[in-house]
Amino acid sequence: MDTTTAVASKPAVAPPPAATQPDAAPKIIARDVNVHYGDKHALKNVTLDIPEKAVMAFIGPSGCGKSTFLRCINRMNDTVASAKVSGLIQIDDQDIYDPSLDVVQLRARVGMVFQKPNPFPKSIYENVAYGPRIHGLARNKAELDQIVEDSLKKASLWNEVKDRLADTGTGLSGGQQQRLCIARAIAVSPEIILMDEPCSALDPIATARVEELIEEIRRNYTIVIVTHSMQQAARVSQRVAFFHLGVLVETGRTEKIFQSPNDKRTQDYITGRFG
Amino acid sequence: MTEHIVSSFDDDLNALSDKLAEMGGLCEKLVGESVEALIKRDIPLARRVIDWDRSIDRLQHEIEESSIRTIAKRAPVAIDLREVIAALRIANDLERIGDLAKNIAKRVVALDGQFQPPKLAGGVAHIADLTLGQLKQVLDAYTRRDETRAVEVWNKDGEIDALYNSLFRELLTYMMEDPRNIGFCAHLLFCAKNIERIGDHATNIAETVYYVANGTALTDDRPKADLMSAELGE
Repeated sequence: MDTTTAVASKPAVAPPPAATQPDAAPKIIARDVNVHYGDKHALKNVTLDIPEKAVMAFIGPSGCGKSTFLRCINRMNDTVASAKVSGLIQIDDQDIYDPSLDVVQLRARVGMVFQKPNPFPKSIYENVAYGPRIHGLARNKAELDQIVEDSLKKASLWNEVKDRLADTGTGLSGGQQQRLCIARAIAVSPEIILMDEPCSALDPIATARVEELIEEIRRNYTIVIVTHSMQQAARVSQRVAFFHLGVLVETGRTEKIFQSPNDKRTQDYITGRFG
Repeated sequence: MTEHIVSSFDDDLNALSDKLAEMGGLCEKLVGESVEALIKRDIPLARRVIDWDRSIDRLQHEIEESSIRTIAKRAPVAIDLREVIAALRIANDLERIGDLAKNIAKRVVALDGQFQPPKLAGGVAHIADLTLGQLKQVLDAYTRRDETRAVEVWNKDGEIDALYNSLFRELLTYMMEDPRNIGFCAHLLFCAKNIERIGDHATNIAETVYYVANGTALTDDRPKADLMSAELGE
């Protein structure tokens, strides 16, 4: 697996899992981001740096704006007619709301995995091959085969499906479908992967597999995950951002947030005290 | 503190706190009475102290079990996590304090019938008063989650150490004065050392109270005046 190459130059002693590159240069920069859905002010002046090659978890009660903000990062809100986004969001110093920017290219750089596994009603192979093919990432069938294999391996699904690549993707179990969706996202070599509650429809074992996968791929990708599970945020992320009522209340290292958060609202939420 | 949405979580944490308060009260009583038994040479009281230590051990066991159960069931975070960890730590310190008090009581029983000039115990009474004050204050600081009072205890431990040092010198002179004092003074010295250690456990508890309140450790080196150990290579 090529995930090892990224750490090959580092000392032999592995850093503690939760501490890897928490202070890396920001991959995504958001400044004063506001989102309105018609009259509803859904996101208020959000300013946040998201570090590269690390996992950032967005937590907060339903309707707090965390998914709205996640969807700003690949301009998914463009598809909602009433949504109006203002403020600045940059990926690698490039303004992603620049009118000249190609949204299709942006979404190739910023992959997304949703709450419910949503494989295409096609074969397992086609689910993964579709993206690379339309983006012209493979020159021939052999290269495409290789991309499919690599992506399924990275998503820890290869061994389970290699003998039935022609079977339909929707015939897999829920956990396998979600890993297939992650393989599909990885196949177009994105830099950022957005995950909107990727495990909420999965059982604990399938959840653990996805979390293990996140832990492996975070060395090569910038991952932003929205989760309602505090424990999941604590387990998989290096940084946490807590949203409440459309406001970014607090952000910081995961250990700090879960041991001694600064803001009372954060503490009340993560300890289960929100009335 | 706002209540949890799941009220049985509050019940668990409150039960833990209550149990710790009970254990703390029992420890205060035990330390006070072990010293009283020493000074008044009250053998029946000393035997009662030895018996009571079992209750402290039992409470520590219960607190440990409830803490582990709470961690397993509730996966506490932030202030809740610090509360549970604090309960575990403080119960440990209190259990040690109980053991030290029991050790004093055992020495009282062992001293029965030996040559005991009463004035010698006076210095021990003084260091015991100071230590008991520290223990009371730190348990009070825990009950009120009052870090300021906890830091006071933490800063004051040097006085106990200094008092122990001077007591050590005093007892040394008595022993040199009259070899018949040696047996009793040696026991007394161990009692004083036990009390000094009880003071150390009180400062541990102070550190824990500070951690509950702040989520960070008291990092400076604790004031130390126990030069004796260094001088003697103890």
